[in-house]
This record gives sequence, C-alpha cells and structure tokens, in this order.
Amino acid sequence: MKNPSSSSVKSRFTRRFLRALIKINRQKPSSSSSREIFLRYRRIRIAADKAMACVIGSRRAWSRAVLRRIKNQKRKRLADSLRRSNGIHGMKKMVAKEEDEISYEQENELRKLVPGVGAMDLCSMLDETAHYVMCLATQVQVMRKIVDFYST
Amino acid sequence: MSSRRSRSRQSGSSRITDDQIRDLVTKLQQLLPEIRERRPDKESAARVLQETCNYIRNLHREVDDLSERLSELLTTTDTAQAAIIRNLLMQ
Repeated sequence: MKNPSSSSVKSRFTRRFLRALIKINRQKPSSSSSREIFLRYRRIRIAADKAMACVIGSRRAWSRAVLRRIKNQKRKRLADSLRRSNGIHGMKKMVAKEEDEISYEQENELRKLVPGVGAMDLCSMLDETAHYVMCLATQVQVMRKIVDFYST
Repeated sequence: MSSRRSRSRQSGSSRITDDQIRDLVTKLQQLLPEIRERRPDKESAARVLQETCNYIRNLHREVDDLSERLSELLTTTDTAQAAIIRNLLMQ
C-alpha cells in the first residue's frame, strides 16, 4: 500500500488544522468561563482528529473509523464501537516463539486503542497500527509547535 | 529466528504469516521512541505491542493536553496571528 510521504501529511494536516482553529477562534464567546473553555477544548480536539483523518481520507480503516465516529458523535455511537472492537472471539493468532508470544489480551488492548481495526486479522491490524502511530505522532508534533508559537 | 523454523507445529502457510508478523512488529518498533534503538531481534513481539499501547495512550493524552492549552491560549490571542503562524509553519 502506497503511503503519502510523512512530510506531506504534516503540511496538509497543519493547513487543515490551522484553518479549523481560525474558524473556532472567530466564534469568540462573550465570556471566557470554564464552560466556554471546555467547549472550545472539545471543539479543538475534534478539529485536530478530524483534520488528520481528512488528510488520510478513506485510504485507511482508522481514518474512516475516526470520520465515522465524529459524524456519529451526537448519536453516542462511541460506546457501541468500543464494545464492537473488543476483538474477535476464537481468532487466536499467536506468534509462537518462546516468550515472544502475543497474547490475546494484548492484541485486544491494541484493538481498543486503534480506531477501525476491530474486525481485522493480526497482520492487517499491525500495519494499520503503524500508520496510525505515525500520523498521531505527527499530529502531536504540529499541535506542540502551534502551542509553543502561541505561548511566546 | 532459528527456533521458529525448527518448530514443526505449523504448516508452511502460517510460517509465512509468522514472518509477516515479525516484519510488521519490527516496523512498529521503529516508531516507538522508547525502544526504537534496541535491536529488533532482542525485543519480543509482546514487548513491542506493550510499548505500542503505552505510546498510543500517551499520544492521546498529549492531544488532550495540547487541545486544552490551545483553547486557553485562543481566548487571549488575536486572529490575525493565525495567518502568520500558517506562513511560519509552511516553511
């Protein structure tokens, strides 16, 4: 599977996220109460996840799952998807190599953390995880840069 | 690696899958700041998966933290600066 270069992911994410931040910032509330700050935090968090998922688009299961989740947020499907992604019973794939075994519990743990991998076989899930980790780390890196810039 | 090949409990096709899994685990290890420096054959797949879970959880927490800080910073910042940031980050 061809992956876009990570630097292009980074710049595309930056552009999208900044655009969203500007939009959010334009809706300046009359007060900066803690409730307003909380709502804004939520909006920013969703904007960040959405921006990264949009950059990747429908190419990956995790990005499709994130976009789905954001779309369905109001219908509180989040709880359902977590339940669904609790692994497939009976599909015990192990790397049998002395102590080097991947336990079912560990695989499950990872399935809960990576969006959209609930129904995947172990191989596909590991590949998806690597891509997700790369994008998530990029997202954090860019957000940190923005925070640093605003903080000076 | 040799220990796996000497095990005859699996058919040929699942040995290929084992190799694929091994490769993917190695690729994953390269992304993890805590253990990427270590040699791939020294790290068990279980350890890499454990580190991956920890790393993802940390990243989620950071996104939360940074979103919070941004929401606080935005209340005190001029919108015009956003254009400047965009230029800065595009370089």
